[in-house]
Amino acid sequence: MLVSTKWLSEYVNTQGLDPKDLGEKITRAGIEVDAVIDRSHGMTNVVVGYVKEKVKHPEADKLNICQVDVGEETTQIICGAPNVDAGQKVIVARPGAVLPGGMKIKKAKLRGEESNGMICSLQELGIEGRLVPKAYADGIYVLPETAVPGESVLPLLGLDDIVLELGLTPNRSDALSMLGVAYEVGAILSEDMKYPEVNYTESDEKATDYLNLKVDAIEENPMYIAKVVKNIQVKESPLWLQHRLMAAGVRPHNNVVDITNYVLMEYGQPLHAFDYDRLETKEIIVRLAEEGEKIVTLDDQERTLKSNHLVITNGKEPVAIAGVMGGANSEVHDGTTTVVIESAYFVGGSVRQTSKDHNLRSDASARFEKGVDPNRVILAAERAASLLAELAGGEVLAGTVMVDELDKTPAEVVVSPDFINNRLGMKISLEDMTSILSRLKFDYQAANGLLYIKAPTRRQDIKIEEDIIEEIARMYGYDEIPMTLPVEESKPGGLSSYQAKRRQVRAYLEGAGLYQAITYSLTSKEMSQKFALETAPVTELLMPMSEDRSILRQSLIPHLLEAVTYNTARQADTVALYEVGSVFLGETESGLPHEQEHLAAVISGKWLDHSWQGEKKAVDFFVLKGIVEGLMDLLGHSSELTFERSVVDGLHPGRTASIKLAGEEIGVIAQLHPSEQKARDLKETYVMELNLAKVLDKEVEALYYAPVSKFPSITRDIALVVDSEKATGELQAIIQLSGGRLLKNVHLFDLYEGEKMEPGKKSVAFSLTYFDPERTLTDEEVVNAHNKVLKALAEQAGAELRG
Amino acid sequence: MEAQLQQLKEEVLQKIAASSNVKELNDVRVAYLGKKGPITDLLKGMGKLPAEERPKMGALVNVVREEVTTVLEARMSLLQEQAINEQLEKESIDVTLPGRPVKTGNHHPLTRVVEEIEDLFIGMGYEIAEGPEVEKDYYNFEALNLPKGHPARDMQDSFYISEDILLRTHTSPVQARTMEAKEGQPIKIICPGKVYRRDNDDATHSHQFTQIEGLVIGENIRMSDLKGTLSVFAKKMFGNDREIRLRPSFFPFTEPSVEMDISCFKCGGDGCNVCKKTGWIEILGAGMVHPNVLEMAGYDSKKLSGFAFGMGPERIAMLKYGVEDIRHFYTNDVRFLSQFHRTEV
Ligand SMILES: [Zn+2]
Repeated sequence: MLVSTKWLSEYVNTQGLDPKDLGEKITRAGIEVDAVIDRSHGMTNVVVGYVKEKVKHPEADKLNICQVDVGEETTQIICGAPNVDAGQKVIVARPGAVLPGGMKIKKAKLRGEESNGMICSLQELGIEGRLVPKAYADGIYVLPETAVPGESVLPLLGLDDIVLELGLTPNRSDALSMLGVAYEVGAILSEDMKYPEVNYTESDEKATDYLNLKVDAIEENPMYIAKVVKNIQVKESPLWLQHRLMAAGVRPHNNVVDITNYVLMEYGQPLHAFDYDRLETKEIIVRLAEEGEKIVTLDDQERTLKSNHLVITNGKEPVAIAGVMGGANSEVHDGTTTVVIESAYFVGGSVRQTSKDHNLRSDASARFEKGVDPNRVILAAERAASLLAELAGGEVLAGTVMVDELDKTPAEVVVSPDFINNRLGMKISLEDMTSILSRLKFDYQAANGLLYIKAPTRRQDIKIEEDIIEEIARMYGYDEIPMTLPVEESKPGGLSSYQAKRRQVRAYLEGAGLYQAITYSLTSKEMSQKFALETAPVTELLMPMSEDRSILRQSLIPHLLEAVTYNTARQADTVALYEVGSVFLGETESGLPHEQEHLAAVISGKWLDHSWQGEKKAVDFFVLKGIVEGLMDLLGHSSELTFERSVVDGLHPGRTASIKLAGEEIGVIAQLHPSEQKARDLKETYVMELNLAKVLDKEVEALYYAPVSKFPSITRDIALVVDSEKATGELQAIIQLSGGRLLKNVHLFDLYEGEKMEPGKKSVAFSLTYFDPERTLTDEEVVNAHNKVLKALAEQAGAELRG
Repeated sequence: MEAQLQQLKEEVLQKIAASSNVKELNDVRVAYLGKKGPITDLLKGMGKLPAEERPKMGALVNVVREEVTTVLEARMSLLQEQAINEQLEKESIDVTLPGRPVKTGNHHPLTRVVEEIEDLFIGMGYEIAEGPEVEKDYYNFEALNLPKGHPARDMQDSFYISEDILLRTHTSPVQARTMEAKEGQPIKIICPGKVYRRDNDDATHSHQFTQIEGLVIGENIRMSDLKGTLSVFAKKMFGNDREIRLRPSFFPFTEPSVEMDISCFKCGGDGCNVCKKTGWIEILGAGMVHPNVLEMAGYDSKKLSGFAFGMGPERIAMLKYGVEDIRHFYTNDVRFLSQFHRTEV
């Protein structure tokens, strides 16, 4: 809502406040002033000129040489506008003027001819093109003949004005009118209101003799009134009305249309003017449209109606879509002499649906949607009639054509002052409260320790006690609310064990060199299940904005890979990222998908790079595996952790393992399939994804310390020759199982496959540590235990002892 | 013989002084003090002296021997130290060469902001509540006083999965779920999480973003409690000299509703580009929980009351760190992420 402060001051005394200060007061009281716009843009030296003479420029077809009387002198100005002509009063920017676009006007020569200034269009004075009257849209603006050469044009065009741009929240539709804003400002400044004048003489003829009215859809249209005005003359509106409309963001058309728009802005009540003669039938019937019925609207579009769209008809065919847009067939035109002014209460939901179906939003539909003030329907029509009499020479027929079944009872709220103070944590006196209610022009009675309040119908947002609390508080001032903290039984806050562990997981991964990424949950059909640990029916949007963001993901890996590709393409030589986020699987009983929190990591490029010492190492499977092992150790699950070769689409078939905890699959780790790497222009890239929720929800044993022993441990190494395919993990498991109570640690320290070995064989060396916390082990005990290990290795894995 | 001894002493002391390294000095020791050296010879030759002169002469020789040994030892330790120093000098390194980097990653800036806020409220006794990102229309809208047909829940603004299921448009459904689960008991929670809106991604819009909300419900929770709590938050998050101001606003789930501004942390209120010359920065929306919301979750709105607040970690991160484009948070450019490594304040 754009509010001209000059216009506003006709209804309420703004106490000479600087508009910026006024804006600040309005903001602090609850309606945010988004901008304070100086319509003059600081312009000076822009005056009325009189074009005494116009001749063609000898050197340029499109230029005219004009002799212009600017008051103190007559001066030559070159003008390129097609509509400039001798005898016009025009806007002249004199040398020294600075126009809103920043253009500085100087004396100049155009193709050899002197030009002392510029004849301006309204656009050049900072008025948006869409607001300039059509007649002047493509050229200079022509002022009325009464304009006096040499005088500033700013007051003439209403540009000596400051406009407040209000950012209205949906509850404050009452401020979608100048009067509504005036009520608000009056309440803030404790000022009374002045109401617009309604003053006309009724003709002897009766409106009801001219027009029959019937409403066949009372639910959608509980109130419809019409005034009939005859003998009007359609012409340009007076300048003051035009510039007020432009200040409010409305384009002037002709006096009849301008008056309906002016009253719309003034009262917040949309009006519509029909050409009485073009209605043809002397009848208005409001009804729901027939399915498929057609109407050509004012914008010359043919629109097909649905059976829930409300239409105004002449009894035969639609002449307007109610509350949304008029029809072309009944439009007021230059030759119109009699008009029907419609003022109605159309129900918000109906207008919202219709305007949405036709993708037509207008100043009118916006107001109906939010609900207009039932008590202004008649007032606005009367005001329009009065203006038509005054500005269009109209003769207002006696009476009003009316159907009215609208409930206009104000909302009643009963609230106790104590309740108000308790909720606010304040001690506002009853006198202060009632004074605020008076300023707001709310009817109230204080009795029995309670306030009985009747909210005016223009404030449809006031319904319950809390609404009154807000009114009192905002007018009293939010700055006056003290600062306290909740008084309650004190309880410690904190993270759940899951949340605490998740934070530790992040810290660990970051310590290991990975950056946390956050990617989008929505993805394409193609990517939604790619690399997924587990697939289930996908969750798809009804109306996606694009195919790339149409389905919820079932794996975090695709978007992490996108990030790796993005970084690699920008010369990052190492990319190590992880993400913790949800994947969305199938459907639970509640109808929602099963949301599972996952952890994924991707590494690519160099892992070690200490170049001046010559150390370089690309990432490999075991870098990422080490990170996973460390993570499971951190979470207390390392003893249950195993890795098993597996196959997943899109991952390297020989370098993929499923990650298992106590035999249960909880994740996957792999090299990206070389063809996938190639497609993304990546070097060797390793990925991992875990069902984090499952891991974090797993129970962990309590942490107890094992005494640090005084007794030494004994280490024995074994080197084995086994078949190449034999997994070292299997050998390690045999050792661990057969080593008995004394074997405390097994660790692989050498692995050799190559020329020196018999084909199909490899050499593996383990270091075994034996230990008893209670005493020093004897040689014999160690030899016994060790022999059992060797025997088991030979029997179960066909291992030969080497060397 | 005495003179011979004196001469010998002079000679040894000279040789000691002249030796320039450990080896030379050792040679001197062997040559003069060894078993075959001249001093030993002198002692051996004492047999030829008269018996009464022998003790005197023996003592004299020993004095000289000790004197020479002391000088030699002193010289020896000096030369040894020199030798070590020379050796260490040869071992010197270029200390200006770069160290071995300890490669670590770090939190995403949004997580950094969210955890900072979480911790701050945990300190005031809050718990962290989470909920599903795909939500029922009921929890996302209806339970929050946004009945069907309410303009603020236009289909155009939300990603619907079906008529009754959508991607949550705010984290408020977590509040609704918590209230329902707590069955009338007091609540003090912070709800962080991802939310989704039908927006085209540009510098200031993202179809996926983050929210963090707070909810307190109890007996006689007052608007002054909300103001006090927000002031504590503003000071801890943005600096101790921050002031706050509340402006009336509108949200369907709170009444009264407010927006909170903080005095600009960059210019302190004088006006700068961060605060758009106003001295104030809008940080969050808040209000007293609407009685309809309480009643729908089974709370008696006459007995219990509450406040709620919500903010966008993206906005806070953008303000705090001067990030100009919201898309940076979702591109995961390592050159961006790695800047949020170090500690602050
Ligand atoms: Zn500032």
